[in-house]
Amino acid sequence: ALFISFNISAKCSYRFNNANIKINIYLPILIWWLIYRESLMHIISGHNMTHRDLCGDSSSTTTDSASPVPNSYESLEGGGYSGTSLRSPPAGVPAKQAPPFGYNYPTMHPAYQQNPAPKPNPSPSHGGYNPPGYQPYSQPFPSLSELSSALGGLGGVSELEAETLRPVNLLQERNILPPKRAPPPEPNLSNDLRKVNCSPDTFRCTLTNIPQTQALLNKARLPLGLLLHPFRDLTQLPVITSNTIVRCRSCRTYINPFVSFLDQRRWKCNLCYRVNDVPDEFMYNPVTRSYGEPHKRPEVQNSTVEFIASSDYMLRPPQPAVYLFLLDVSHNAVESGYLNVFCQSLLDNLEKLPGDTRTHIGFVTFDSTVHFYNLQEGLSQPQMLVVSDIDDVFIPTHDSLLVNLKESKELVKDLLNALPGMFTHTRETQSALGPALQAAYKLMSPTGGRVTVFQTQLPTLGAGLLQSREDPNLRSSTKNVLHLGPATDFYKKLALDCSGQQIGVDLFLLSSQYSDLASLACVSKYSAGSVFYYPSFHHIHNTAQKQKFQKDLQRYLTRKIGFEAVMRIRCTKGLSIHTFHGNFFVRSTDLLSLANVNPDSGFAVQMSIEESLADTSLACFQAALLYTSSKGKRRIRVHTLCLPVVSQLSEVFAGADIQAISCLLANMAIDRSISSSLSDARDALVNAVVDCLTAYRANGSNIQPSGLIAPAALRLFPLYVLALLKQKALRTGTSTRLDERVFSMCELKSQPLQQIMRMVHPDLYRIDNMTEQAALHLNDSVIPQPPLLQLTAEKLTREGAFLLDCGSVMYLWVGKCCNETFIRDVLGFQNYASLPSNMTEIPELQTTYSERTRAFISWLLESRTFLPAFHVVKDDASTKTSFFQHLVEDRTESAFSYYEFLLHIQQQMSK
Amino acid sequence: MAFTFAAFCYMLALLLTAALIFFAIWHIIAFDELKTDYKNPIDQCNTLNPLVLPEYLIHVFFCVMFLCATEWLTLGLNIPLLAYHIWRYMSRPVMSGPGLYDPTTIMNADILAYCQKEGWCKLAFYLLSFFYYLYGMIYVLVSS
Repeated sequence: ALFISFNISAKCSYRFNNANIKINIYLPILIWWLIYRESLMHIISGHNMTHRDLCGDSSSTTTDSASPVPNSYESLEGGGYSGTSLRSPPAGVPAKQAPPFGYNYPTMHPAYQQNPAPKPNPSPSHGGYNPPGYQPYSQPFPSLSELSSALGGLGGVSELEAETLRPVNLLQERNILPPKRAPPPEPNLSNDLRKVNCSPDTFRCTLTNIPQTQALLNKARLPLGLLLHPFRDLTQLPVITSNTIVRCRSCRTYINPFVSFLDQRRWKCNLCYRVNDVPDEFMYNPVTRSYGEPHKRPEVQNSTVEFIASSDYMLRPPQPAVYLFLLDVSHNAVESGYLNVFCQSLLDNLEKLPGDTRTHIGFVTFDSTVHFYNLQEGLSQPQMLVVSDIDDVFIPTHDSLLVNLKESKELVKDLLNALPGMFTHTRETQSALGPALQAAYKLMSPTGGRVTVFQTQLPTLGAGLLQSREDPNLRSSTKNVLHLGPATDFYKKLALDCSGQQIGVDLFLLSSQYSDLASLACVSKYSAGSVFYYPSFHHIHNTAQKQKFQKDLQRYLTRKIGFEAVMRIRCTKGLSIHTFHGNFFVRSTDLLSLANVNPDSGFAVQMSIEESLADTSLACFQAALLYTSSKGKRRIRVHTLCLPVVSQLSEVFAGADIQAISCLLANMAIDRSISSSLSDARDALVNAVVDCLTAYRANGSNIQPSGLIAPAALRLFPLYVLALLKQKALRTGTSTRLDERVFSMCELKSQPLQQIMRMVHPDLYRIDNMTEQAALHLNDSVIPQPPLLQLTAEKLTREGAFLLDCGSVMYLWVGKCCNETFIRDVLGFQNYASLPSNMTEIPELQTTYSERTRAFISWLLESRTFLPAFHVVKDDASTKTSFFQHLVEDRTESAFSYYEFLLHIQQQMSK
Repeated sequence: MAFTFAAFCYMLALLLTAALIFFAIWHIIAFDELKTDYKNPIDQCNTLNPLVLPEYLIHVFFCVMFLCATEWLTLGLNIPLLAYHIWRYMSRPVMSGPGLYDPTTIMNADILAYCQKEGWCKLAFYLLSFFYYLYGMIYVLVSS
């Protein structure tokens, strides 16, 4: 009781000092509140602690009074309560003297001491473990115990830094683009650490040198954040099965290569600096089959590992893979012909759907009514059940609408074969998407799983109906663009309900007219789904879209999937998470709830520095993704990134990762354009460049005053920002359909970094004169390496053929006077005139010229999951505008050229 | 010394402000709990949203009372908050139900900090106005 009263008085003084309030009457209320809070925390932390004591490593899995949501996955991944209060004191507490809350340590310490005393050390030569005065145990672990001091200091590194800091006068440097896509900057770490650090494809930070304080970060005027691609397809991934997953007892961080071993029995957490015991099991190394070398375990050797989780990490038995397909069968949908493509694609990939013997599948179609399909094993043919009461949609029968794929495979095949023909003569033009989604939710809520929605028009009936909001006359207005946000919160609420029941909703929108993607996309955004959009899709008139749809479906149906997932991002004490970007629901300050997780989605996180990092030289970030695999295994994928902390502004600039910065800024700009306005977002982007370059100029003393100076690390910053401003998502003045704009926003927010960069600043190559010089030789094939060209029409010549790689689409632009050999040997036509205007692939010809070109293109596509649409663009065709809009350095009617943009920045800076 | 309508207004405002102070404290607690991870944002928004309109209506109600009692100074002191409430409710996110808080954006650090600050400021305002109404009541009672 004494303890609590002390806490209260301490807290009261802080609170009221803060708010400048003189109180006397209200003290009782506040005291009541504080007591209530204290006791709540007491219960919680006490509960957690006892649980941990019992099962060593798990955290609370039961639903106690403190966790109001019964199926809280938060508690599973662990970390919530006691950890957070230690890590991040409530806002406003003066960071320095913030004492760890009293209730935390008293419960912690006894628990800590209650642990069975460490057993006598098995290898006596190591001297054993003496609690009162142990000897620093540094000999066998030289690299690990000296981790924090193991910063670079190598000769090469400082040279590297000098290079990235070299001042560049942007106005004079014409060829600013490197000849090859530049690799991300290497953090300035010692070789040992660099070797084990997380791959930049998975985990990237905008500043590879973390500034020590928020003040320093503010001085640099660069955003601090992480770009994550956590569920990426990996070729090599250490999977660890062990009874105890070793985690820090206070912040629940998973053991990782950047922890330090104080001695053989104890390790120090690199995020919260708590000293933990090494459990017995961890002493044995399954890889080398040796005992007593905890620092050689795979967890400590790899920064990306996957654990097979025990039942401590489950709230319910792992769910089976459940797939529900929700198909639009209105007249419009049948007319577009997507049903045929989809059914064929699913038939082809039915065996390859990720899952096991428990996999369930179901179909629902809808127009103005909702149709269910009974696929019960033993029926001679699928049975269609129509629910026409869309105001109060119900599930007609409960057991046989979602069926086991193995048992009912024949019926599923029958249905898929019959579906395209069933609605050919439909006259129904209405679409009751809202009620169909509600039905899907009801159908799926007992299990969770994935709902795939195919929609071809604006929903016009029942709950969630939408009106057309787009005014075609305003498509190219330079003023504000309206209706970027949802018109109704129906889809958002539904998504939150779905997320709560572990249902992810993926949306395929195939429409030629406005369908209000801004509202519809919410259903995927908050349930961690993905959005696909095929504007003006038609199976005959638009073959390029059809091929893209086929390829995407192929990948979509067969890609890996994780169910009932949560992702927690932990970072070194002092850093905190500010905002998340991507498709998910934010459950708490550092926890994302992901009903489904797919290998093609990326996330961005904005960070802030709450406490000075002066007493540490390394900052670490750990992303832990807990999910159920399609085989019904609970798994945890853990990525850890380690970066140096610096105290000098110049070092912050030297470590800037311009691609990551651009992606994070893009995410921030999109948030801004929805919450405020598009013009605000555009201004903010320009200001980001202006501020940053001003900050650099103010910092550098030896720089000549004229010109626009940027450090070499940031020399592409203005170019990327200009490219962002010319994206469909953010451009003004050029005619852009609202749906395409919103889709572009969705893509920028949910794609991984590589994909965004290709989209924002595509790669341009000249491919009609590729030589074998500097070519790559991989497995007997020669892959020419043409240099990257700047995105300006100046680089194009009529004599050449150019390949523009925009990520989701590729253009091959053929000039009027392109040499005939190229047209004949690569494209398979006699001359330029005979080239058709709608070619969508390169024929496989048996000439070296063709082989070389195809080798190059397939090399570009190698690491990509979704294959791009391919267009051959003739110089005189009407489609060439879609090619030329990607040449971002050129002037358009409504936007600056690159040089003008630089002058604009310079002008802004001198203001 | 007489019991006028103005005095009645002040007494009523005194009681209602006490209620508003409870509202403000409740908000502060709720956002603090969100920040420290105790609660699910969906539940928290569901409990907070129904409280927003009553709070605004109570405030509007005694503003109207002061208008009727022709207490111009008191009304003038309350008008900025009234205007703020109207602005705040006009610029709320797209929602079908009443309320201000959207569980999908509430965890954004900026919004959370804003809401917390708003709560503290309101608490301060209500506390000060509580004493002001007490003073006003006595003054009206004594002077009339």
